[in-house]
Amino acid sequence: MTLPLSLDSVTAHYGKVKVLEDLSIHVGAGELVSLLGASGCGKTTTLRLVAGFLQPTSGTIRLGDKDLTRLPAHGRDIGLVFQNYALFPHLSVQQNVGFGLKQRNLPSAEQDRRALQMLERVGLAHLAQRLPAELSGGQKQRVALARALVIEPPLLMFDEPLSNLDAKLRVDMRVEIRELQRANGTTALYVTHDQEEAFSISDRVAIMNEGRIMQLDTPETLYQRPANSFVARFVGFENLIPLTVRDRSGDVVRAEAKGGAMLTLSQQRLGAIPDGFVLATRPDGLIVSDDPTAEGLPATLGLRTYLGRAYQYRCETGTGHLVANGSLATPFKPATQVTLTPNPDQCAILAVE
Amino acid sequence: MTTRLHPLLIVLTALVYVFLLGPLIIIFGASVSDTTFLAFPPQGLTLHWFENIWEISAFRRTIVTSFQVALLGTAFALLIGIPAAYALNRHRIQLPAWLSTLFVLPILVPEIVIGFSLLRSVNVGLDVPVFTTLLIGHTLLVTPYAIRVISASLASFDFSIEEAAISLGSHPVKTFFTIVLPNVRSGVVAAFILAFITSINDVSVSLFLTGPGISTLPIQILAHVEQFFDPTIASVSVLLMVLTIIVMIIVERTLGLTVIAK
Repeated sequence: MTLPLSLDSVTAHYGKVKVLEDLSIHVGAGELVSLLGASGCGKTTTLRLVAGFLQPTSGTIRLGDKDLTRLPAHGRDIGLVFQNYALFPHLSVQQNVGFGLKQRNLPSAEQDRRALQMLERVGLAHLAQRLPAELSGGQKQRVALARALVIEPPLLMFDEPLSNLDAKLRVDMRVEIRELQRANGTTALYVTHDQEEAFSISDRVAIMNEGRIMQLDTPETLYQRPANSFVARFVGFENLIPLTVRDRSGDVVRAEAKGGAMLTLSQQRLGAIPDGFVLATRPDGLIVSDDPTAEGLPATLGLRTYLGRAYQYRCETGTGHLVANGSLATPFKPATQVTLTPNPDQCAILAVE
Repeated sequence: MTTRLHPLLIVLTALVYVFLLGPLIIIFGASVSDTTFLAFPPQGLTLHWFENIWEISAFRRTIVTSFQVALLGTAFALLIGIPAAYALNRHRIQLPAWLSTLFVLPILVPEIVIGFSLLRSVNVGLDVPVFTTLLIGHTLLVTPYAIRVISASLASFDFSIEEAAISLGSHPVKTFFTIVLPNVRSGVVAAFILAFITSINDVSVSLFLTGPGISTLPIQILAHVEQFFDPTIASVSVLLMVLTIIVMIIVERTLGLTVIAK
């Protein structure tokens, strides 16, 4: 069973503090959507609202045709996976997995059969009689996953499920989570602060800040076409250069930066460019050159750091500090006068905010 | 490899043990002494003074009263203390910090004051029977201990475990009994023992609240000592000591003594 989840204009408060403002998300049936953001951005609050541990001040939460908004948490039928596993310490692995089935008053033989079957799927059937304290972190999280999946919920929710695991295991587990979610076709809401994790397993990602969704899109779109400066910075567009269009001829636009430098940009590559805009580039998107004929932003190089695949320079330009990566083949000395030319493949056009 | 102990350390340690255990050994010796006064070292050997406890009706009655008050008072303290400790820990963020202090305030108020104020307001003021007032006094006396010990146990309880159970379809009330309580069991047992022992040993509160025909064992011991100086008192003390040791052995066997040390 799988159902779409929709949050419609949800606002929530902690006491008098507003933690979510007019939040709307639609997660399609079988889709995995991540909520991504720094701590305090409202991602966990959103998950707790859907789970029923918090009540929204206004707005509605629906799962398929069912209005969850005023339903008590124990009647919502949602599979939850917690950061700290939240296994029942006094129950065996099998009893942990069977707990939800017991609440549904299934015959005990059926409970055992389904719990064991689920444990087999996560590869832990041989540990069924152990207590949670005897398991490793990865095994605990597998049990938690099995416990959430065995009730065949129409919605699965994950609250930073991998944050307590070591780096190698994190990658393995996220693939495993994605495979199980895909195989069951369960709708999923996944909360994380790890960008790589969110981008790697999600159909779509909602980047959140201060209780609002800044952009909800596929990982590819977020990575290449951020909608605003917050998202741009979040996905690594470290340089935000305000520009004003001076001249247009066909698709080619000539724009002036603060300090007087002119840049030539193609709308064919970058999309429509308004008269006033911000050019966002990653450090890799600025080509460093000491060729005096190159067109671009004149810059004085500052501190050089070694990244392994490139040198990174702090640059002083007429429009402020910029960060650019230069090739390992031609290192420049600090204080060298260079020109920074944007590479359109690594640029995005943003509206002035 | 063994570390060589300084001889002075051994002597000091021995002295501490003598200081702690000495009085207990003297009491034990005195309780079997075949004399009509408290004597140590014991002269002769008799169990007469143990028989004597059951022959004095005041001891029989007060032992029963003490047990009734301690068991009921502790039961009430747990009935109040478990929900209070749960609420204080579950909603720690939303609740003001002084609230948990408020619940342990009776520990800080001198017991004499609690006894006297209950005598004035409840026993005399409201004309409540002596036994009931005594029970209220003991409940009041031991509830803060129950809250403290159970709170300590709940402080290390991860409430997302409770949320996991609820999300799997378990009603919150049922979740409390099937998930929360089994995980703070040792705290509840420790609270029970601490409250029970505090109540059984109490003199200050009981002193004010005992009345005609109703008294507790410690008060009876005081009254007896004022009139007689025979080894019966030593025998009663030995019985109390044995009772405590039995309780401790049960605790050690089932939970480990660390639950009380915590």
